Amino acid sequence: MINVIKRVAIGIAVLLGVCAFYTGYRELFLATGWTWPFEVDDITLPSLPSIVGALFDPVQEDGELLISLLFKAALFTAKEAFVGFVIGTIFGFALGAVIARFQMLERGLMPYVVGSQTIPILAIAPIVVVGLGSLSIAGWTPTDWLRVSVISAYLTFFPVTVNTVRGLESADPRAIELMRSYASGEWAIFLKLRLPASLPYLFGAFRIAATACVIGAIIGELPSSIQGGLGGAIINFNQYYVLNPQNLWATNLMAAALGISFFLVIVIAEKLLVHRPPETLA
Amino acid sequence: MSTPSSVVSISGLGKVFPKGGVTALENIELDVQPGEFISLIGPSGCGKSTLLRVIGDLTQPTSGEVLVNGKPAPRARLDRDYGIVFQAAVLFDWRTVAKNIALPLELLKWDRAKREARVAEMLDLVELKDFGSHYPWQLSGGMQQRVSIARALSFSPALLLMDEPFGALDEMTRERLNLELLSIWAETRSTVIFVTHSISEAVFLSTRVVVMSPRPGRIAGVVDIDLPQPRGVRAREEPRFFELVTEVREMLHAVETESEPSA
Repeated sequence: MINVIKRVAIGIAVLLGVCAFYTGYRELFLATGWTWPFEVDDITLPSLPSIVGALFDPVQEDGELLISLLFKAALFTAKEAFVGFVIGTIFGFALGAVIARFQMLERGLMPYVVGSQTIPILAIAPIVVVGLGSLSIAGWTPTDWLRVSVISAYLTFFPVTVNTVRGLESADPRAIELMRSYASGEWAIFLKLRLPASLPYLFGAFRIAATACVIGAIIGELPSSIQGGLGGAIINFNQYYVLNPQNLWATNLMAAALGISFFLVIVIAEKLLVHRPPETLA
Repeated sequence: MSTPSSVVSISGLGKVFPKGGVTALENIELDVQPGEFISLIGPSGCGKSTLLRVIGDLTQPTSGEVLVNGKPAPRARLDRDYGIVFQAAVLFDWRTVAKNIALPLELLKWDRAKREARVAEMLDLVELKDFGSHYPWQLSGGMQQRVSIARALSFSPALLLMDEPFGALDEMTRERLNLELLSIWAETRSTVIFVTHSISEAVFLSTRVVVMSPRPGRIAGVVDIDLPQPRGVRAREEPRFFELVTEVREMLHAVETESEPSA
């Protein structure tokens, strides 16, 4: 309990520190008129109170507040990111398990797995999101948000595959002998030994994927005409940045909050599911 | 001399490692009767661990025959005729002590109630009654090794294979676990094949000590240990104990000098 309080206190202190730094930087540059490395004014660095204030200003004719609009957008993006995370995890794990089982494949497949991540996500997003729009499987076409999830999945699967291979191969060779002494076949060894041994590695991948899938969803929204998510909001507020810089800053804060929430869910799940010696958790 | 009742019977056994063509074992003949406690002792490289692993079908011999409970070793492994304990406890970090002991029972598809009853019995046997819900890393090395023994015995195999199980423990813990192992052996009436470096441990525990020579691994001699049963702490102080220790030691020395490469 003391530990929790300590952590929360440290978290708040750091947050206040960041706010103080931002405000201090802004005020110092405004007061002195320094222009290096960039000019500081209300457009490049809007004041914190104006950003927070903007959250509670109406953005549309119907009087909807910015915070409400952003919250809905975050939920929409969260749905895309979550589905992408699930698809990417299933695909990534399956691919990793196949590679770990048939090690001959590692040399053949890994270059493509790595290569897939060297292509800028911005370049494939339109291909996938627009391209899959004409896809039709027995009359079913993926809805547009589902196509965005594919981009999230694309970013998720990579760390999951890499760490699945490492995790499944991390099982102690003596433990494998022990399982064989119990007449276990490959499947029992996988379920009782390799899979649980890989969990810390998998959660390492999930931590990376948790933030990557949110980025994937936001980027995926950009080339499509999807308006409902944070990506749509970013495009929209980008166009009116000079008039209303606070709105874009507030949107970015919301996007960060969404990524952090995903990350925290993974951390909590890991605490509940993974029992390991304290030294390996550190 | 193999009889139908032999737990382990080995004849003409040889093992050559394909890498470098090292002969690990040559012409091994050994017969183990039910209830025996056999120690395999010898200098490093004499193939004692390899012999144990061949009996357990964890590695395959190049020639000869190994029967466990009258069956070829691979069949015996698939029938789960033996339990094994390694030098390291090899416990699964993500399982509690109780769940570690239950692992072979889960693989044998015992139902939950039966598993829990047996685990309680085993915790009792290795004197870890209050530690069932602990995780392995919360236990000392000696306690971990006791869990490993409980796991090996949980499904009551006829044969217990032990590969230097107390090699990594300090002398005091080792002697205490020796005593415990003897009482477990008496209680479960299992047959034990025990690999060790320690002469006094081998003499104290065994009914027979098999002395092996290195390069190639061969059986150099067998010493019958006629110390009375049951053996307690005092058994290590008997004159007969020292005589037997001396006998084994001299046999080992003969083996060492013989295999010394002549310059």
